[in-house]
Amino acid sequence: MTYPLTMRAMLLASALALAPAAWAETPADTLVVAHTIDDIISLDPAVSFEFAGNDVNNNTYDRLVDFNPLDPDAGFQPSLATEWAVSEDGLSITFTLREDATFHSGNPVRAADAAWSLQRAVKLDKTPAFILTQFGFTADNVDQMITADGNTLTLTMDKPYAPTFVLNCLTANIASVVDMETVMANEVDGDMGNAWLNTNEAGSGAYVLSAWRPNEAVQLTAYEEYWQGAPEMKRVIVRNVAESSAQRLLLEQGDIDVARNLTPTDVESIAAVEGVTIQDEPRGRILYMGLNQKDELLSNPAVVEAMKHLVDYEGITGSFLKGQFVTHQTFLPQGYLGVLEEQPWTYDVEKARQILTDAGIEGGTITTRVRDLREYVDVAQTLQASMAQVGLTLEIEQMTGAQVLDAYRAREVPIFLGEWGPDYSDPNTNAATFAYNPDNSDEAAAVGLLAWRNAYEVPAEMNEATVAATLEQDADARAAMYQDIQRQYQAEAPIVPLFQRIEQVGLRDGVQNWWSGGAISSVMYRQVTKGE
Amino acid sequence: MAPTDPTGAATASSRRRALTRRRVRSVAGTVLSLALTLLGLLLVTFIIGRVMPIDPVLKVVGDRATQAQYDAAYVAMGLDQPLIVQFLSYVGDVLRGDFGRSISTGQPVAQDIARVFPATFELAALGTFIGVVIGVPLGVIAAARRGGVIDQVARVVALVGYSMPIFWLGLMGLLIFYGMLGWVGGPGRQGIIYDGMVPNVTGMILVDSLIAGDWGAFRDAFSHIILPASLLGYYSLAYISRMTRSFMLEQLSAEYITTARVKGLSERAVIWGHAFRNIAIPLVTVIALSFGSLLEGSVLTEIIFSWPGLGSYITRGLLSGDMNAVLGGTVVVGVCFVVLNLFSDILYRFLDPRST
Repeated sequence: MTYPLTMRAMLLASALALAPAAWAETPADTLVVAHTIDDIISLDPAVSFEFAGNDVNNNTYDRLVDFNPLDPDAGFQPSLATEWAVSEDGLSITFTLREDATFHSGNPVRAADAAWSLQRAVKLDKTPAFILTQFGFTADNVDQMITADGNTLTLTMDKPYAPTFVLNCLTANIASVVDMETVMANEVDGDMGNAWLNTNEAGSGAYVLSAWRPNEAVQLTAYEEYWQGAPEMKRVIVRNVAESSAQRLLLEQGDIDVARNLTPTDVESIAAVEGVTIQDEPRGRILYMGLNQKDELLSNPAVVEAMKHLVDYEGITGSFLKGQFVTHQTFLPQGYLGVLEEQPWTYDVEKARQILTDAGIEGGTITTRVRDLREYVDVAQTLQASMAQVGLTLEIEQMTGAQVLDAYRAREVPIFLGEWGPDYSDPNTNAATFAYNPDNSDEAAAVGLLAWRNAYEVPAEMNEATVAATLEQDADARAAMYQDIQRQYQAEAPIVPLFQRIEQVGLRDGVQNWWSGGAISSVMYRQVTKGE
Repeated sequence: MAPTDPTGAATASSRRRALTRRRVRSVAGTVLSLALTLLGLLLVTFIIGRVMPIDPVLKVVGDRATQAQYDAAYVAMGLDQPLIVQFLSYVGDVLRGDFGRSISTGQPVAQDIARVFPATFELAALGTFIGVVIGVPLGVIAAARRGGVIDQVARVVALVGYSMPIFWLGLMGLLIFYGMLGWVGGPGRQGIIYDGMVPNVTGMILVDSLIAGDWGAFRDAFSHIILPASLLGYYSLAYISRMTRSFMLEQLSAEYITTARVKGLSERAVIWGHAFRNIAIPLVTVIALSFGSLLEGSVLTEIIFSWPGLGSYITRGLLSGDMNAVLGGTVVVGVCFVVLNLFSDILYRFLDPRST
């Protein structure tokens, strides 16, 4: 009996003896964040289109215009560009660049670097390139359309786009300014430095990338020469911690300062812990229900109308999505120019039944494919239950994210439940995917458009209104145009926005000015402080 | 043997030559079967990867890509080639030491594996060590005092080890030993202040911190590894103690043990001197296999403890259709099993008194 017990006691004792006295307390000048960062594929700003990758880029690069993390509601602000002027015909915008900014290599940031960065992104033509090419840039013309002269940069577009539209797009990750000399020194086979930038950075941002170990950690070091002043946090370490419960433990113990992926259960229990606070921040992602118009039943307007009343909005946000989503029934997220506040639909099974009876529909079966994430499956099951009450059967097939996406892009998901995040901070980002579909044929293969994926034949006037809103020079008039589009959308579209994502960040006391990026951007660290 | 040889000396030399030939042939045979095993493994994994309903191109280009961007990536990844061509070109690359680029990390798979394998190796080695140090004595004593208290304890330990979900035990362990008692470090391989501080030599942080002579980093790394390693150790001890017990019971009922007892040898000498020596050989295989399974099977432990190892690397690769990562990881696990088998084979010969 004694032998194994002694061994165990010895092991425990040795663990005790070896354990440092106190685990708590991260260094005062270091910010430690737990986050799921396993989606980073590339750190090249012309390629990166994932949340965690953009989080890194947003801190290592500057853009011509940017958000002030201490006042994000003010919208885009001067950054590398100090001022800009729109030409009389509205076709060109000329930016004046500041002359005191330097890249991490020590090279000065010149207008030529900024122009080259935009040209490069257009020529590489990776997934996010559309954010720039929608202004009429192509690989062939971009060298003439985007030019640098001294400390000015001129963008010439194919149409007189709304200046707010253009400038909002220039806050996007793909518009990051890279150090041309450093990147070209690492060019391989004419890739404009793409292979090298996948794992390195050449920016002028507040932080220098000091290490990236995929699926493990990202380490940033303060750039002491930063033109907006060296950030207070000298090191930022982002640790990949997949489990919410592990993040919670680390935060409670003081081993991390920030936890970014807490489940509602963990948020609830951590809220009572001393030394920790929860900060709610609305993000841009919209959880919506897509009703595929290729499905015979779903293409009936009465069914579409009934479905809007079969979602238990309050029940869902009050139970399993608690705190992580709010009801939001329009495709523009809170925080966007022209967002509509109206919520026309309520959970009303009787009304849904009446609508279906009036239309002579007596039940039916719909199969759907749902990503095997707890929250989506829960929403699907709640929907299944309320549909059953009006005689509609919902059969749920659970799949991995990649499988669902594959089927969705092939227009093969009858009822899609999932999230859509905006690509840039302008209302056109969601208007152009939810409410724009100029060619609904299979051959059009407009896989990037949600309307196309759901085979929603957007009415001609809505297509036109969406395009017109990108050309409206006056910001207020532009906002009103988007509100009109949203009202019409709410009245008839078969793609039904349901909820907006809220990020519930767990913060150690003392961490101040944390900003995850709100609905419009990615995280920024340079303004964060840790007082006592 | 060699009738044409007139002298004994020549006979001896020809015997030596024959022996060498046999050895070379046996080594060549081993290498050949090793290569074929790995090739088969690759083929099966490759086919599974291709029939899996996951689109690797989507992982690369993402949700928003246009059809043209999708098609460009499809061609760039070589997916437009016939399957057999893809496979052969992959094997050709592997022979040149090139495992391709991972689509989920954007880095060469060989580089990824060099980073994740030491993490898993370190964890599995310590886990197996704990399993052996506790499991073997437990099994031996349980067999020697069959039906006694220790035997009952061992039975319960093994039963719990088989039936308790590893993620539950892991989370409980974290909650108690890290969250409540603060005895061990939290998830991850190192505390934050030590992150990236010890120069990377072997990739095993315990070893590297000793090489660097950084006692603080060693303590920190040990405090992080001890809990997941104990958990893995627990599962392997459940298996090892059961196997040890049944091997021992078999030996203890053998005639030579009765003879030894009749000769008046002490119980201790009978058990450890005679019976245990005879089970050492099969036990080596059990331990080697147990180690091998920890190398590839500790996925859940790695996820719970945020341990950046091979198990979670392969799983993540599988879930995102990252076949280069999966194939590369599979080759490494395959090589490990082959090496472990070879190793236990050699130990067999070394330990088996009948072989000379």
